[in-house]
Amino acid sequence: MTAGSRPILEVDGLGMRFGGLVAVDGLAFSAQRGQITALIGPNGAGKTTVFNCVTGFYRPTSGRITVQHDDGRSFALQSMPGHRICHQAKVARTFQNIRLFAGMSLLENLLVAQHNKLMRASLFTVGGLIGLPGFAAAERAAVEIAKHWLERVGLVDRADDAAGDLPYGDQRRLEIARAMCTGPALLCLDEPAAGLNPRESRELNQLLLSMRGENGLSILLIEHDMGVVMEISDHIVVLDYGKKIAEGTPAQIRNDPAVIAAYLGVEDEETAIAVTTGARP
Amino acid sequence: MAKAATATMQAGDSEPTSLGAALADAATAAVIALLLAMPILAYRSVEQAVSLGMEARWGAIAIGVAAVFAGRLAINLLGPRLSGPVGELFAALKSAIVRVFHAIGGWRTVLGMLLMLAMAASGAGKLSTPRWFDLLLIVPLAIGVWRRSPAWLFLGLALFFPFAPGASRYWIENFGILVLIYVMLGWGLNVVVGLAGLLDLGYVAFYAVGAYSYALLAQTFGLSFWICLPLAGILAALWGVLLGFPVLRLRGDYLAIVTLAFGEIIRVVLINWQSLTGGPNGISGIPRPTLFGLEFKADGGFADYFGLEHTSLHRIIFLYYIILVLALVTNWVTVRLRRLPVGRAWEAMREDEIACRSLGINITNTKLTAFSIGAMFGGFAGAFFATKQGFISPESFTFWESAIILAIVVLGGMGSQVGVAVAALVMIGGTELFRELEIYRMLVFGVAMVAVMVWRPRGVVSGRVPTIALKETRRIGGDLVKEGHG
Repeated sequence: MTAGSRPILEVDGLGMRFGGLVAVDGLAFSAQRGQITALIGPNGAGKTTVFNCVTGFYRPTSGRITVQHDDGRSFALQSMPGHRICHQAKVARTFQNIRLFAGMSLLENLLVAQHNKLMRASLFTVGGLIGLPGFAAAERAAVEIAKHWLERVGLVDRADDAAGDLPYGDQRRLEIARAMCTGPALLCLDEPAAGLNPRESRELNQLLLSMRGENGLSILLIEHDMGVVMEISDHIVVLDYGKKIAEGTPAQIRNDPAVIAAYLGVEDEETAIAVTTGARP
Repeated sequence: MAKAATATMQAGDSEPTSLGAALADAATAAVIALLLAMPILAYRSVEQAVSLGMEARWGAIAIGVAAVFAGRLAINLLGPRLSGPVGELFAALKSAIVRVFHAIGGWRTVLGMLLMLAMAASGAGKLSTPRWFDLLLIVPLAIGVWRRSPAWLFLGLALFFPFAPGASRYWIENFGILVLIYVMLGWGLNVVVGLAGLLDLGYVAFYAVGAYSYALLAQTFGLSFWICLPLAGILAALWGVLLGFPVLRLRGDYLAIVTLAFGEIIRVVLINWQSLTGGPNGISGIPRPTLFGLEFKADGGFADYFGLEHTSLHRIIFLYYIILVLALVTNWVTVRLRRLPVGRAWEAMREDEIACRSLGINITNTKLTAFSIGAMFGGFAGAFFATKQGFISPESFTFWESAIILAIVVLGGMGSQVGVAVAALVMIGGTELFRELEIYRMLVFGVAMVAVMVWRPRGVVSGRVPTIALKETRRIGGDLVKEGHG
């Protein structure tokens, strides 16, 4: 089997318990290279727990999480220290409650995301301190990357403003741009459309679709907005009570009786209807 | 005529001024004039029979202030009502003055310039120094005006201070050197607290490590100050890492308590390890620094070499410049580090540690570098303190010192270099200036601190300046910048 045909992310037998509470139980799924995979499910289904396991914020109780790069290298995320997951396994993430560096400018936010690269270029501070030219060049290149992503998310005019000054929707896009500046192979988005108005939500769809597959980028996302999920996902995994209850294409999920039951079970008829019809709740 | 009327309207800020507002404005101008006139006009040196004397010129100040008041009042009242060619001329003059004022960098620069010119003009101080010493003041002043940065004015004042009129040995030693030690300590702690957002209540421990390192190395191995200085810094940095490891996982109150305990442990060890540190008796007879091997002593020392008359003032001035250079190096390194990835990572960590981790930043290394670099500057300051005093004992390194340094950082505005320097000047210099108030000065001090925290809760200089800009640098308000949670 060649590296190209193997999924970028393989989760196998993933279990996570907090004391007596089993948040995720024997979960297995995979995310294909160059595709958008969505993780959905009612509140408390364990989606964010899975995310935190994948991105190294939790150490799973059991199971394997493997990332396979284009060049054939693979990484066992369940046993890697948190910061290496971004640096070496090239998995970047955003947060459900936005975590920008509010007191830093947009440009600074995107430069912090390129920390490891710049740290090496500054010879771990020593070279930068005495002003070696290598660092200046690396920083200019980093600024160019930052500028590119600011243009992509339409925030280049505000590059020198504080990130905390941006409106909510812009902050969401900036967080995606920041994650992209780390040069990820797999981008994990935790509810990227939460709190966006319909127009911003449509723009987000456009952005994600344009990013998918670019330099082999794969996207894993958690989302409650079914309009977003059904429109952009290539593959959907449905969780309920920490277990996978269904997976497949948007069309398959829409008609899956288990999914409908799960969503009807949470007494949120609107969401259930949205799942089944693919409409915006 | 219509054109003239428009010009007049603009000149007078479009509305005729009320009498009350005009009077208030004129009074403000008079107060500013008074403040400016004090250093320039108040005293004049006159030659008396045996020595140089001072002549007070309160009358001149009164006339000057009255003239400013009357002139300003006249401008306020008449300005908007002028019309025709006079009005146009008035408007043109006003805008020209405003333009010149802005060109030289605003009121801070102007104030600093006047202060410096007054000092330079009033001539040499205690030492019979050549006039080219005025260059110490005038060159930074010129750079400050050219670059429109008030920081250069502070530098000029600091460089010129030992030769300023009225700067006696007492002032250089107990005001100049002392303030600069705390400026340096404040800048050092600023790395840990202000940039990295790690609350450190035991900073004095590194100050102590530096001081004892120098004292012991110099006495045991006979090493000179200039060799021991980097060693003291490195040893303090090592202790910074040692402290850093156990507190990596701690945040907020817990971190503060552990660092507080660390400071006390160092002090208690210094008291009890009699055989090494001399216990409560401390270490005395610590060697003085030399200038390229030249000692500051009566025979065959610095004065002899340069053919000067020996005075102990030389040594004090030398010490003053050592600590000034050390403080400036601290500032230069910190400012540069802020623009490097490590400095940005510190600030990012202060803003959001979890986000840092998600971006692949190694939090452990980032925290340890902040602790060790902050500690290193504390160690340098400690070595200087030991050589300046010639005697150290654990009494100099109590929690009170940590509290003062932290107060300087917090009052100055966390992360701001200028703010910390100003706070050190006011807090340390202030306590020295008001020594005559005796026990009440602490009361005054406490009230002043409360006042600053009420009116400027984020410190004298709040907010931060981004370290890089795509188009133009815009200051970020203090309300957005986080204090860090650990």
